[in-house]
Amino acid sequence: MSNDHHHEENFIQKYVFSVDHKIIGLQYGITSLLFLLFGFMLMMLMRYQIAYPETVIPYFGEWLFAGSGGVMLPENYNTLGAMHGTIMIFLGVVPLAVGAFGNYLVPLQIGAPDMAFPKLNAASYWSYFVGGVVMMASFFTPEGAARSGWTSYPPLSIFESGQTMWLLGMVFLITSSLLGSMNIIVTIVQLRAPGLTWFRLPFFIWAQLVTSFLLILAFPPLESAAILQLMDRLVGTSFFLPSGLVYAGSPVEAYGSGSPLLWQHLFWFLAHPEVYVLILPAIGIVGEIIANNTRKPLWGYKSLVYAIGFLGFMSFIVWAHHMFLTGMGQSMSAFFQLTTMIISIPSVVVLTAFFISLWGGSIRFNTPMLFALSFLPMFGIGGLTGLPLGVAASDIFLHDTYYVIGHFHYVVAPGTIFALFAGIYYWFPKVTGKRMSETLGKLHFWPSLLFMNGVFMPMFIQGLAGLSRRMYDGGQQYAHASDVLHWNEFMTISAFCLGAAQIPFIVNLIISLAGQKSDDRNPWKSTTIEWSAPSPPLPHVNFDSSVEVNHGPYEYSVPGQDEDYCPQTSP
Amino acid sequence: MSNIPYILEERPDTGLNNSKLGVWIFLASEVMLFGGLFSAYVFLRIAAPEGDFGYWGSKLNVPMATFNTLLLITSSVTMVMSWASLKLEQFDKYKMYLGITILCGLAFLVVKYFEYTSKFDHGIYPSSSTFMGIYFTLTGLHVLHIIGGLLVLIFFWSKQSDKMWNEDKDLLANRIEITGLYWHFVDLVWIFLFPILYLL
Amino acid sequence: MAGNSKESIEHHIKIYINVFISLAVLTVVTVAVSYLEVSFIEAFFIAITVATIKGSLVLCYFMHLISERQAIIWLLVTTLVAFLILLFIPLISLTDQVGGW
Repeated sequence: MSNDHHHEENFIQKYVFSVDHKIIGLQYGITSLLFLLFGFMLMMLMRYQIAYPETVIPYFGEWLFAGSGGVMLPENYNTLGAMHGTIMIFLGVVPLAVGAFGNYLVPLQIGAPDMAFPKLNAASYWSYFVGGVVMMASFFTPEGAARSGWTSYPPLSIFESGQTMWLLGMVFLITSSLLGSMNIIVTIVQLRAPGLTWFRLPFFIWAQLVTSFLLILAFPPLESAAILQLMDRLVGTSFFLPSGLVYAGSPVEAYGSGSPLLWQHLFWFLAHPEVYVLILPAIGIVGEIIANNTRKPLWGYKSLVYAIGFLGFMSFIVWAHHMFLTGMGQSMSAFFQLTTMIISIPSVVVLTAFFISLWGGSIRFNTPMLFALSFLPMFGIGGLTGLPLGVAASDIFLHDTYYVIGHFHYVVAPGTIFALFAGIYYWFPKVTGKRMSETLGKLHFWPSLLFMNGVFMPMFIQGLAGLSRRMYDGGQQYAHASDVLHWNEFMTISAFCLGAAQIPFIVNLIISLAGQKSDDRNPWKSTTIEWSAPSPPLPHVNFDSSVEVNHGPYEYSVPGQDEDYCPQTSP
Repeated sequence: MSNIPYILEERPDTGLNNSKLGVWIFLASEVMLFGGLFSAYVFLRIAAPEGDFGYWGSKLNVPMATFNTLLLITSSVTMVMSWASLKLEQFDKYKMYLGITILCGLAFLVVKYFEYTSKFDHGIYPSSSTFMGIYFTLTGLHVLHIIGGLLVLIFFWSKQSDKMWNEDKDLLANRIEITGLYWHFVDLVWIFLFPILYLL
Repeated sequence: MAGNSKESIEHHIKIYINVFISLAVLTVVTVAVSYLEVSFIEAFFIAITVATIKGSLVLCYFMHLISERQAIIWLLVTTLVAFLILLFIPLISLTDQVGGW
C-alpha cells in the first residue's frame, strides 16, 4: 500500500513543503542539529577568549573581528554569550526534543497515521525556520546580534543594539512552539490507536504531553513580554524603565514609572517551565531506552507519570528563585525556597525509578544505552548542585558565578543532549531502516563523557571561589579569583576536545546512511508500537496494517512467554 | 489528509473532535498571552505614582468605547446565529448573519481608527505615559486579533462557503463553530479590556 | 454539545437573544456606574464583577461551555489557575520588597 489516495508529489512537495509528520520531524531534526553545532562553535570562540584573553583568535580572528585586528572585544563576547544561550535553547534543544522527536515519534508511538493537523505542523516548522533566519540574520546587520544575555534583562536590553531582531525572532519561535505543542496535545488525546488507553501510553508520550502543556501555558507570557519590550525599544514607552534612570552619563528621556522587575517576572514565568521543557523529553527518551535495554518493565511506571505531571504543575510556582537578588522580601523568598525544594522531589522520583529499573536486569550496553545510562549521574549532578541555588542564603553568594553555569549545563549538556544522542542512536534504524555503527558510537560516547566533565566540573570550583560568569577576560581583573583561573585553560582544551569527539558521530551518520538497508523492523526487540511499522514508516499512513493495542508499554521478560518481549500490538 | 480520524465526528472516549480540542487549546494559550499583558497592566498600575493611571485613563473616549462594546456584542450574537442557521440548513440566513458580523467587525475598526487618530491629534502617543503605552499595546494587539478574525470570516463569507456548503455541510458547520469560538474569545477579551482601560 | 436537533437549535436561538439583551444592558449599567461618585475600590469591584458576569455569559452560552465536555472545562480551569499565579505572585513581590537599594 503506497500513496493510494494521494496524487503524485514532486520533490518540493515531498521534501520541502511536506505535511507528513516524518518529513517535518526530520526537517526539525536536521535544522536543530545544525543550530546546535553553530551554538557550540560560538561557545568555542568564547572559551578561547576566556583562556587566552586579548590575544588574536587564530585562523578566524582576522575574519570575524576585523575591526579590532582579530582580538575579541567585550561587546563581541557579550554577543556570543547571548546568542549561544538563545541558539542552544530556542533553536537547538527545544526544536530537537519537541519538534523533531515529538513530531516523528508521537504519531508512531500511538499508532496514528499522522499528526492531527498536518498543515499546522508544517506552519510550525516554517515559523521556526523564519525565526532561525531572523536570529542568524541579526549577526549581519549593522547593529549586530543581541548582546544582553539570553535573559534580556532591561533596562540594559532597551538600550543595547541588536535586541530588536532578537525579539522579532523570538516572536516567530514562540509561535512555532505554540503551534507544535497544540498539535502534539490534540494528537495524543485524539489519535491514540484503538486499545491504547492512557496507562498503556509509553512514558515518552507522557513526557511529550506534559512538555506541550508547559509550552502552551508558559510561552505566551514571554510573547507578551517581548511585545512590551519591542514597544519600549521602538515606540518609546517605558514599561521596563524606572523613573530617574541615567544611561551612559545622561538622564534617559522617557516617561519612567515602569519596572525592570516586571520583565523578570514575565520572563522567568516562561523560563523556569522552559527548563522542564528541556529535560522532560530527555527523561522520556531515557525511560524508553532503559526499559528496552534492561529487558525489564520500567520500574514504577505510574509513579513516573504522576511525578512528571506534578513536576509540570510545580514548575509554574518556582520561578522567582531566579530572582532572590532583586530585593525580594522574606515571605516571598521563603515561599519560593519551599516550592523549589518540593519540586526536587519528583525529579528524584524519576531518577530513583530509573536506577531501580536497572536492578537485576540483563543490561545490553549498546550505544543508546550508554548515553542513557550516563544521563542518570550527569542529570543527578546537575540536579543536586541546583539545591544550593534554590536556597536564598547560598544563592546570594553563588548567584551569577560559574557555579550556576556548571549547574545548568550539567542538566542540559551531558543531561538532555546525551539523552537526545541516545534517542538518535536508538531510533535511527526506524527512521532509515539502517543501523548505526556501534564502534563509532562508542568512540563518540566515551570521549564525549570524559570531556563534558572536563568542561563543566571545574566550573563548580571556580564558582565556589566567587568567579563571576560574565567576565569577557575570564576574570583576570579580579584578585580573589586568581587561584582558580588556571582552570580556564584546562576547560578550554576540554571544550575543543569535546568538539573533536563529535566527529565520529557525524561520520557515523554519513556512513550509516550510505549503508545496507535491513528488513528487520524491530532490531532492538522493543515493545512499543512504532517498531511494528515498516522502516522507514510509509509516507502519510505510517503503518501497513491496522493497529490494535492489547498490551501495556513495557511487557519485557513476561514469565511463561517464548520471547523476552511482548509488543503492544501482538494479540 | 483524509486518513486522519475524528476530524468531524467525535471520538467516543473523549467526546471531542480534533478541531474543537485544538481551538480550545489555542484559546488557552491566548488567555495566557493577554493574561501576561493584563498582569503587566495591574503590576504597572500599582507600581506607578498614585493617580497616574486614573489621570491618563480619563482622557479616553468612553462613549466611543461603549459603542464599540455594543458592536462586538452584536457581532458575537450574529456569529452564533449564523452557526445556528447552518444547523437549521438555512444557508441564506447564514450568509446574512455572517455578513452582519463582518460589518460589525469593520465598524469596530473604523471607530478604533478615529479613537487612535484623535489621540494622536491631541499629541498623545504610546510614549506619553505608561498608561497610554499599555492602552495602545493591549488595544493594538486586540485590533490585530480582530483583523485576523475578519480575514477568516470574509473567507467563509466568500464564494468558498457556497462550494463547501454544496460539498460538505458538516465540515462548513464545524469550521464556523470553530471560527465562532475564536470570535467570541476576541469579544470576551474586549469585555474585560473595556472596564479596566476606560472605566477605572 | 447536547442535541443538535432542529427544536433544540431553535431553543438555543431564544437563549442567544436573551443573552444578547443581558450583555447590552450590563454594558450600559457598567458605563452608568462609572459616572457615579464612588471610591476606587467600589468602582473596581463593580466593574470587575459586571465584566465577569458578561464574560461568563459569553463563555457559557455563545461558546457553549455550559454543555461542553469535562476535558475542556479542566483545560480552562488549569489555564485560569496559571493566569492567577501569573497575576498575583508579581503583585505580592511588589509589596514584599527589601527596600533601600
